[in-house]
Parts: sequence; structure tokens; C-alpha cells
Amino acid sequence: MKRLRLIGTRPTPPGPVHPGDVLAEAEGLHVRLGAREVLSGVDVTARAGEVLALVGPNGAGKSTLLGALAADLPAAEGVVRVHGRPASDWSAPELALRRAVLPQSAALSFPFAVEEVVRMGRAPWAGRPEEDEDDAAVAEAMAATEVTDFAARPFSALSGGERARVALARVLAQRTRLLLLDEPTAALDLRHQELVLRVCRERARAGDAVVVVLHDLGLAAAYAHRVVILSAGRAVADGPPAEIFTDRLLSDVYRQPVEVFPHPRTGAVLVAPVRGS
Amino acid sequence: MTVTDKGAAPEAQPPNPAQAFAPPPAHEAPPAPDLPARPRRGTPWLLTAGLAVLLVLLTLASAGLGAYEISPGDVLGSIAHRVGLGDGELARVPESVLWNVRFPRIVLALLVGASLGCAGALMQGVFGNPLAEPGVIGVSSGAAVGAVASISLGLNFLGTWTIPAFAFVTGLGTVLLVYAMSRSGGRTEVVTLILTGIAVNAFTGALIGLFIFFADTAAVNQITFWQLGSLSQATWPKVLAVLPCAAVGLAVAPLYARKLDLLALGERPARHLGVDVERLRIVLVLVIALLTAAAVSVSGIIGFVGLVVPHLLRMAAGPGHRFLLPGSALGGAVVLLAGDLAARTVAEPAELPLGVLTALFGSPFFFWLLRRTRRRQGGWA
Repeated sequence: MKRLRLIGTRPTPPGPVHPGDVLAEAEGLHVRLGAREVLSGVDVTARAGEVLALVGPNGAGKSTLLGALAADLPAAEGVVRVHGRPASDWSAPELALRRAVLPQSAALSFPFAVEEVVRMGRAPWAGRPEEDEDDAAVAEAMAATEVTDFAARPFSALSGGERARVALARVLAQRTRLLLLDEPTAALDLRHQELVLRVCRERARAGDAVVVVLHDLGLAAAYAHRVVILSAGRAVADGPPAEIFTDRLLSDVYRQPVEVFPHPRTGAVLVAPVRGS
Repeated sequence: MTVTDKGAAPEAQPPNPAQAFAPPPAHEAPPAPDLPARPRRGTPWLLTAGLAVLLVLLTLASAGLGAYEISPGDVLGSIAHRVGLGDGELARVPESVLWNVRFPRIVLALLVGASLGCAGALMQGVFGNPLAEPGVIGVSSGAAVGAVASISLGLNFLGTWTIPAFAFVTGLGTVLLVYAMSRSGGRTEVVTLILTGIAVNAFTGALIGLFIFFADTAAVNQITFWQLGSLSQATWPKVLAVLPCAAVGLAVAPLYARKLDLLALGERPARHLGVDVERLRIVLVLVIALLTAAAVSVSGIIGFVGLVVPHLLRMAAGPGHRFLLPGSALGGAVVLLAGDLAARTVAEPAELPLGVLTALFGSPFFFWLLRRTRRRQGGWA
């Protein structure tokens, strides 16, 4: 397949994906930015059909890990595989058919209209049979993120939260089986935070793998099937939130006393900092 | 691996072959909600048609007006005769004025204008900055160094292509230099870009000065006049000299329109959407250098066309490059043709240098653009 690509054939389309398939994984991953080692030996797996949350304090390496899974950052040691192949073996067009990435901040140099921005997410499929789904994919993504109402407005005229949702709509419109989202809820109000994570959950139910960087441990506990807690460049825990979120571990990692307790009515896991009385 | 999988994917569906074999996610696509009509969909066509009509009218006017007036009917008749339709051949003098003086000048104005407009739009797209323009950031003067060098040293080993070739090489070097110096963290800040332009313009100005210092009187005259930016020396050989550069540049640029759109998202997001950003950058920088060299080598530094034209078109028809690139070429051709017509008729029988005229109108526009950009950003980041 690689040889075919070198003599100029089109990028190979992604194959079928079954629930439980590993769509992205890092094995013994070390990443250096400049002289600093940001990740030192991280193992993580993203499977089709589940939402994987990456949490941890500032500077723990969450975004770096996401960047490595997105094939933005090279591995200094260890290996990153996307759809079963080392990330560096894929070409940019091939990766674009397999994974979509939501960056932490959405910028735009020129005042494209919202719908045009979302439609950019369809670019990887241009000239393929899937191009016929363009309109449906764009409309569906815009409806899911509740941005349809300002489809014709220029992106530059939107508020921070609206921009963040448009950026997410673009990522959803790309319709890849692997979604890598860097803090999709950071600029959003309460309602839209819930909305975005419900969307993640729906995509997982449809058989996609969703990796999402989150700061809000409550959201992670409520929506993630599995959570990886990063601290100082290492994964210190990996599992369902109900099992790994403990007072002691979170208090240690965040260097702030934290309480984990069940919701009095539903029993759902709640996380709250312990504040001086 | 540390995966504890028992809680994983509680909602994953049982393997369903029909779904598993649909490569793009098999979403149950809900009936697509109707999108509001895009308001600007028709504008590009209207603008294109309008500019094309304007171009034809200006061509006729430019061919007819001047020290020796020729009526539009005669112009059309002569053209028809030359392509073998009818026999509208004019008398010897008007025929000669038309075909040896006016038409080469018109064609040259079209080529130079189209090159400048398109180069401006491309450059703004590549830098992700609406203030980038070959004149402003010093690429035109970089190309001018090569042109001046070849005039001053009396080089002509490539025949009429010597000046364009030199302009291309030094222009390319300048784009690369400015690009490398003005970017940090994947984006170009306005201040860095403008300051880099000042530095580059100062340096290239000094180089041009040096070449003039060492040139003989004839060359000095030629350089000085050429530097003001003028099309008055237009001849068919000159048209042929810039044609390859301009044609290749103008033909290649629109192929990258969609990728330039994606580049507006930033380098990483563009890469996530499958754009080979490094390759895109290299190709487009080459194209910019080709177009700038084409324009500069015949007509000196004609500034601001590449700034004003794409900007007005973007305001009218939106920033999509599929229209913006060819539209800016067309618009640049119209502006330069109109400018040249004005330059040679306003102060008859004397002739204003075209570069002076475009700078006269372009600089206030640039000033307004600076103010507006600053207001939008709330200061220079």
C-alpha cells in the first residue's frame, strides 16, 4: 500500500472498524519538546466504541499526548499507532480520512462564514464517493453543535464559545472513526458542555473512538467510559472513572485535597475540592 | 498495557456487519435540516462578469485613446482583419500605432496587473495575513535588485529573459527570507511582518543604490525610469519576456485555492485535514516569486495593486480562494489597465509614472487597512 502511494495513487481509504478495535495507541511513548521531556513512557489505547478522557493538572502532558496521537508530534521513544500502523507511516491525506483533531484554540485568518468553516471538514473526502455526503455531514454536525442558526455569519463575529462549537462542528463533519478533542468544553457554558459530551458519547455509540482532554473531573466521571490520569508526563491511572477516581489519588495528583462521593440520589460519581471551612 | 477493560464501552453495539463495513461512520443521518441560503453565492459570478466587461471596455478605450486617437470601430475592425475576418485594415500610421505601441502596452498591463493581483492574494493566503503584499513586505524590491543588477552589469546572456530570470532569483530569495524571519509559532504577526518589510526594503534599497553607483550613465537613466514603475517601454519582445513567468504563475495558483482556504485555519488544522503544508508552502512561494518577477522585471515596482484588489474582492465576495485568486488576477488587470490609461492621458503630452499613480491611491488605502486591522485586534499583539 505504501508503495502504491509513492507512485502517486490516491490515499487508501480507511477499512472497516469494529467495536473494540484499537484505533489509536501509544506504547512506551516519550515526547520531547526542546530539551524538556514532556511525556516519559506513556501507554494509552483508544478503542472504537468508547470515550477516553485524558485528565491531569496543568502541564501534565495531556495536550502533548493528544498531539502525539494526532501525529503532530514525533515520538522520541516508543511508538504511536493510528488505525494499527505507526503514525509516521501515514501521509497527511491518509490520516485526514482516519482521524479528526480539535485544537485547543480556534483561529481563522480570514472571515469565512460559519458554514464554510464547517464545510472545510469535508475537504479530505473531496473527489471520493463519500463527497456525496458532504451536505448531510455538514448539516448534521451543525445541528449537533447547535450552530445552524448562525450558519451565514462570519466566524470572526462569533463569541469564544460559539467559535469553539463551530470548530467542533468542523471536526464532526470530517466523519472520521477517531476523534481527538483538546478541551472541547473549555470556553462553553454549562448547557453546551453537557451537549458536547453527549455528542462524544453518541459518536462512541455509533462505533467511533473518542479521545477527549478534560479539566472538569465531574464531566469526565459522568461521560467517559475510561479515564487516563496524567501527572508529570506519566499515566498514573487508567480505567473506568468509578474505579480510579479516589480521594487519595486525585488529591495527590492535583496537590489539592479532593473528595469523591456518590450523588445522593443517582449514585453517580461526583468530584469536589475540599475547601477550608 | 494497563487497560482495565471491564468497564469499557458499555454502550458499544454488538458487532453489526452492515455497520462495520461502512468505512465512514455509519451515522443514522437525520434528515438534513435546511441550511439558510448562503447570501454570497451569486456574487462571484456577477463580479467576474462585471470585471470582464470592464476589461473589454478599458482595452478598447486604451487602444483608442492617446496622442493619436483611433475610434473603437476602427480598433475592432483592425483586430478582425488581423484574425482574418473582414478587411478593416487601417492606414499605415494608425495600424502601426495600434499594433506596435498600444497593443503591446495593453497586453503588458494586463499581464503585470494580473500577476500583481494574484501574487497579492496568494501572499495574503500563505502568510495568513491580509496586509501581506509583494510591495509592502519587500519582495518587489527584492526582485528589483536582480533586475537592476542585470541592467547595471549589462548582462544579457539569456536574451530578453535575463532581467526576468534575475528578478525571479532575487525575488525568490527575498520571499524565503521574509517568510523565515516573520513567522513564529506557525503564524505571522502584523508587526513582525511590517517591520521585516521595512528591514528588507532598506537593505534592497541599499543594494539598488550600490548598483546605480557603479552603473554608467545610460544604465542609470534606464534604472531610474524603470524604478518609477512604467509601462511606456512596452514592446512585443518584452511581452514575450514576461509571458512564461506570468502564465505559469497564473495557471498554477488556482489549483491550490481549496488548500489555501484550509490554511486559514492554521498550519496544524490544515495538516489535520490532509494538506501537505510544507509542500503547499514551497509551491506557493515559488509561484509568488514567479508572478512578482514577471511584474517587476518589466515595469519596476508598482505597489499596492496586490493589496487593494484582493481586499476589495474579499469584502464583496467573501474570502474563498476559488474566486479570490482568479478574481484578483482579473481585478488586478483591470486596475492596472485603468491606471496606465490614466497615467498616459491625464497629463498629456507628458506621462505620469504608473508606480507613482498606484502608490498615490494605494498608500491611503494601506493606511486605512492598518487602522482597521489594529482596531479589530485591539492593538498590535
